[in-house]
Amino acid sequence: MEQLENFFHMGGYGFYVWLSYGITLIVLLLNYVMPRTREKKLVDRLNQISKMKGQGENES
Amino acid sequence: MWKWITKYASPMHFYLLANRLTPWFGWSAAVLFAVGLYGAFFYAPADYQQGESFRIIYIHVPSAWMSMFVYMVMAGAGAAGLIWKTKVSDAVARSCAPLGASFTFLALATGSLWGKPMWGTWWVWDARLTSELILLFLYLGYIALQSAIDDRRTAARAGAILALVGVVNIPIIHYSVIWWNTLHQGPTISKLDSPSIHIDMLIPLLVMAIAFNLYFAAMVLIRARMEIVEQEKNSKWVQELIVDKVSV
Amino acid sequence: MTRVRILNLFSTILFRDLLLGVRNQSELVNPLIFFIMVITMFPLSIGPEQSALMQISPAIVWVAAVLASNLTIDGIFRSDYEDGSLEQMILSPHSGFTLVMAKILAHWLLAGVPLIIMVLMAGPFLYLPDYALQTLFYTLLLGTPVLSLIGAIAGGLTMGVRSSGMLQALLILPLIMPLLIFSVSAVNNAMKGLPVTGELYFLAAILVLALTLAPIAVFSALKIRLSE
Repeated sequence: MEQLENFFHMGGYGFYVWLSYGITLIVLLLNYVMPRTREKKLVDRLNQISKMKGQGENES
Repeated sequence: MWKWITKYASPMHFYLLANRLTPWFGWSAAVLFAVGLYGAFFYAPADYQQGESFRIIYIHVPSAWMSMFVYMVMAGAGAAGLIWKTKVSDAVARSCAPLGASFTFLALATGSLWGKPMWGTWWVWDARLTSELILLFLYLGYIALQSAIDDRRTAARAGAILALVGVVNIPIIHYSVIWWNTLHQGPTISKLDSPSIHIDMLIPLLVMAIAFNLYFAAMVLIRARMEIVEQEKNSKWVQELIVDKVSV
Repeated sequence: MTRVRILNLFSTILFRDLLLGVRNQSELVNPLIFFIMVITMFPLSIGPEQSALMQISPAIVWVAAVLASNLTIDGIFRSDYEDGSLEQMILSPHSGFTLVMAKILAHWLLAGVPLIIMVLMAGPFLYLPDYALQTLFYTLLLGTPVLSLIGAIAGGLTMGVRSSGMLQALLILPLIMPLLIFSVSAVNNAMKGLPVTGELYFLAAILVLALTLAPIAVFSALKIRLSE
């Protein structure tokens, strides 16, 4: 337990070390999530459009 | 001998290649990050001068290296787009910019968080940090220019010119800032400059550097894939391959 | 097709731009007024004490010069772009390098040179001793053409973009930093009585580099933006 506490404490520099690693994690994750979300939204829209076109063709 | 590479100048083949390669790069990056972090926290001994705070080096230095490497890739892809007029290189160049800006931001933020316990201030006009700040402005200018121009092809070519002008300037800026910095302070010897970095501290650093590189490869492929689908959304291959299918 | 001699082409465009610039007097004078006002703001905010002002006056002058020249960048290509004459010039079979150099020289003569003259007159405002003022003059002489050259790159890249002033500043400023560093340090050294030849040589080197490479970048940027 004491080892875990020392790990978090980082010799007194815990705040700086963990904030650094935390910011890095967030930035690296964002760079992964944002393009994926955008591509997914785009593909969904394209799907929607093609479905509407398909219905339009069925109706006419 | 290199003819096979020209196949991937076609957006569709690049898309398929990116789909195949991304998991490899992504998972190996994850593994190496895990190994590197283990090394950073448990294998490397604490620095006798800086204590545990020096562990920030394992993000700060690879981010700084990546920020400069990515700029070179961005300029190279831009040049390829100017010379061979390939849409794929335009997409890659455009994708590099947010990643490069992120790495630069990380280098600055972690540098600042490292500096506060070391030098007592959140910011120091140290040569390396100042160069990184200027590099951030170069990235932001590139991103702003590309978003300001509506036509993608034109935006890519204008961005390529800007990136090439930046590449010529970066060595000048770098040495100017070093010179400027040594004017007013004596040469500051940081732990990084001294040649005697302990091998146990060095190995996790190299592992993290490779991990960052693999991460960059994976992310640039993901983003370039997205840019290509956006650009080619009306083309036949997008309709056939992607629409009504679940993407990886 | 008549053979147009390079010098004829160069001087035609140069005189045309100079004439247009001189006729539009407000565009000429506004940056200078801006420059004077920025320079005035510093003593007003710092206090009239001589030693404090002397320390930072080279920096103030150079920063004000960079900001003032940013205001004029837009004008290099915008009016020609809007009425279509730029397109004609670019599409013509004549040398693009010459055309671009002529326009940049016109910009420097209209924006940079008045600034230099203004600084010579504003020297006493900032308690600059004579040797320092002389060095400042040389740094401006070597540096303002670079401002015009790099500004032309930014202007060419952002042609036709709405409210491009901020974008241009964002593009120009990182590229200008070495210029700023060496110019201000040269003047600071002059104030301390140290030699300034090293810095001036470096500024000259930057000028030569910009003279040779910038017009290529400008012309490529113009061709790219105009072929949309």
